[in-house]
Amino acid sequence: MSDVKDIASPPVEMRTIDPAALPEAVGALIEGGGRMQMAYALRDGSGALELRYLASGRPREPFLAWRCRPKDPVPSVAAVSPLIGWYEREITDLFGVRFTNQPEPYPLVLHRGAHPLVPPLDPGYPGDTPMAFRETEGAMPETDHPDIQKLPFGPVRADVVESAQFIFLYVGEHILHLQPQLFFKHRGMEKRFEGKPLSHGVILAERVSGVGGVAHALAFCQAVEQAAGCAVPLRARMLRSLLAELERLYNHLHYFGHLADTTTLKVGQAEGKLLEERVKQIGARLTGSRFLRGLLTPGGLRRDLDPGAKMGAELDALRPAIADYLRRLDGTNSYLDRLISTGILSHKVALDQGATGPIERASGIDRDLRRDHPYGGYAELCVTVPVRAEGDAHARARVRMAEIDASLALIERVVRSLPDGPVREACVPRPNTEGLGWAESPRGSLYYAVHIGADGRPSRVKIKSPSYSNWRTFPFTVHDSNLMDYAINEASFGLTVAGCDR
Amino acid sequence: MPAWTLFGLLKGKATTAWPGRDAAGSEEYSGQDGLLGMPRFAPQHCGDGCRMCADACPTDAISVKNDSKGAERLSVDYGRCVVCQLCIEACPKGVARASSDWAFGARNRNDLQFLVGPGGVAGGEKKPTEPRDGFRRSLHIRHVDAGSCNGCESELQALNNPFYNLHRFGVFFTPSPRFADLLLVTGSVTYAMREPLLRTYEAMAEPRWVMACGACAVCGGIAEGGYACGHGLEGVLPVDLYLPGCPPNPAAIIEAVLMFLDRTRQRVKGGRLVE
Ligand code: SF4
Ligand code: SF4
Repeated sequence: MSDVKDIASPPVEMRTIDPAALPEAVGALIEGGGRMQMAYALRDGSGALELRYLASGRPREPFLAWRCRPKDPVPSVAAVSPLIGWYEREITDLFGVRFTNQPEPYPLVLHRGAHPLVPPLDPGYPGDTPMAFRETEGAMPETDHPDIQKLPFGPVRADVVESAQFIFLYVGEHILHLQPQLFFKHRGMEKRFEGKPLSHGVILAERVSGVGGVAHALAFCQAVEQAAGCAVPLRARMLRSLLAELERLYNHLHYFGHLADTTTLKVGQAEGKLLEERVKQIGARLTGSRFLRGLLTPGGLRRDLDPGAKMGAELDALRPAIADYLRRLDGTNSYLDRLISTGILSHKVALDQGATGPIERASGIDRDLRRDHPYGGYAELCVTVPVRAEGDAHARARVRMAEIDASLALIERVVRSLPDGPVREACVPRPNTEGLGWAESPRGSLYYAVHIGADGRPSRVKIKSPSYSNWRTFPFTVHDSNLMDYAINEASFGLTVAGCDR
Repeated sequence: MPAWTLFGLLKGKATTAWPGRDAAGSEEYSGQDGLLGMPRFAPQHCGDGCRMCADACPTDAISVKNDSKGAERLSVDYGRCVVCQLCIEACPKGVARASSDWAFGARNRNDLQFLVGPGGVAGGEKKPTEPRDGFRRSLHIRHVDAGSCNGCESELQALNNPFYNLHRFGVFFTPSPRFADLLLVTGSVTYAMREPLLRTYEAMAEPRWVMACGACAVCGGIAEGGYACGHGLEGVLPVDLYLPGCPPNPAAIIEAVLMFLDRTRQRVKGGRLVE
């Protein structure tokens, strides 16, 4: 085990490109087996606009980034990399940069009725003024056939769920088209980081997606650490991985409770939710927070933890209960009947649309940032990555089942082999630096690009959340399916809205 | 299916007695053992001109104000506190200390203010509404997510797990605002959620009450303001029940709702838990 992070090879290889050359370069990257991850805009120290495109190549190779000065308008790359389409629309909404040949040329993160005087991430935007807004319907495909019914559902939906609107076009039981209308919960989180002390940045990151707070804080801290060039002590890195796995555990157990509910297994639902509760309580005893908040900080952890004493015994008791529950669930015919062959996501669509996490792994894409680009304590741990080829709701559930096993094994390994030592190093990024942080959250790959301004505080933070990509992908499994399966299919994706909307 | 029924029966009862306590008044029943709550302050020991805790706070929950005699007084608005514990780490004299106090449900915004100077602190002028007799026992709640991080929803969803089992109190979440007595709001009221939230409120029959659940709904929380986030229910709807926390845990939510129904008493007064 090495005590110092290997920072010899740069984690991101940066190239400058002419915007006109972008479509071709992206096409060549995808031909060569690479994959786009995100795109965003920022203003450099002189206030000039710059676009960034982030791509990943083969595992363990550095990420690839392109930077360019946008010449208005910029050619869209959505035709070669569909998933970048959303990023382009977001850049238009927030920075006012226009793209040519954009296949969906309408607002995305800002609702149609929002009329900011200047784009909200423009330095000229007047601070705390809310945007002028009048409710306006979003874009929908045109239909004129009398048999096609339109069902808008939300944004306030039944039960305790996050706000989002779903518009179904259907004939009888058959869904022709699903249009999710997201971003009702857009809080402008990325801009809230600007000019704040780094300690506040972590607290913010923990609350971008509440049930992914460890992953978000981790990606943020790692980006800052990269900008500062500081090394995190091994004990802190191992504990970070332990927290990240606890987060995965309670999220995945929640997922099964919810999935059991949609397949009307009431006892299965209750047991899943009870196991989730037990993990949250264990987390609270260990960290003081049911959501494992308030521990991470650039440079390590805010305080040391004693997982052996605080949770060892309880976790031992929980392990067989979880195994028993999952075995029982996956042996129930009525549950299997509803999942198998439901909501199939093909390998190709998963790849094109940027599906991530358990969703992509259930469609045959073998990727996991913990293994492919190790961070935290994962370089010292052996991460097993379950992959399945079927792409249906059952495959998505099976991947998560296997991930629960793997998480429990990882937690056990950390508890048993936790080295002594400090948990925090000084970490002060120099002015005008930048860093990229990433984490494999319970829902997939998460990236934070953090740009540090002249005052040593973030001047731009870009968050690529896993649900953003997975929400993009989800409707492809709904078109041409039936209404009866909808709730089960949605549950099998395990999406959150907050992370997507930010 | 029958196997599941048997499995459920064999598991036995998992529900906590909360908010019941044993003779020693133990809070272990709440399931929140080890949970860190709102920071506590002993301001008589503050150093002159020290503002370290106030500077450390990400939500401006702490302020140092001059009272009418010109003396500096620390004031803490627990409605704004996101329980991040940064003030405790920043305090050089141990004035700010960690606590396990989280049962901060209050009818009046002022009850969440600690050490309010004679000048007073804005907000909380509203007279608390009392639920009518008919609402002592059963209550139907309509939840609206007005722009949360999903942390608050996670805890609200936990209320129906076998450990908390909210139904045992006759309290239910209802899909229709028409059947609801209480509108439970989470999130900071983003620009796009404001209208849907108001429409839900309008659809409720009177008498109707509103609960602000979590720091976001109370004041906007960690991301308050900006071009999209909002300031919680402040200036949007009249609030009858405040429950700060980020997020408030399920036991705190249960206690707040029962307090609102006059089935337990309010424990927080002047920003302090009174036993
Ligand atoms: S614990 Fe509360 S009062 Fe203290 S710094 Fe955090 S938000 Fe502010
Ligand atoms: S109060 Fe805290 S937990 Fe609740 S929605 Fe706001 S940020 Fe999330």
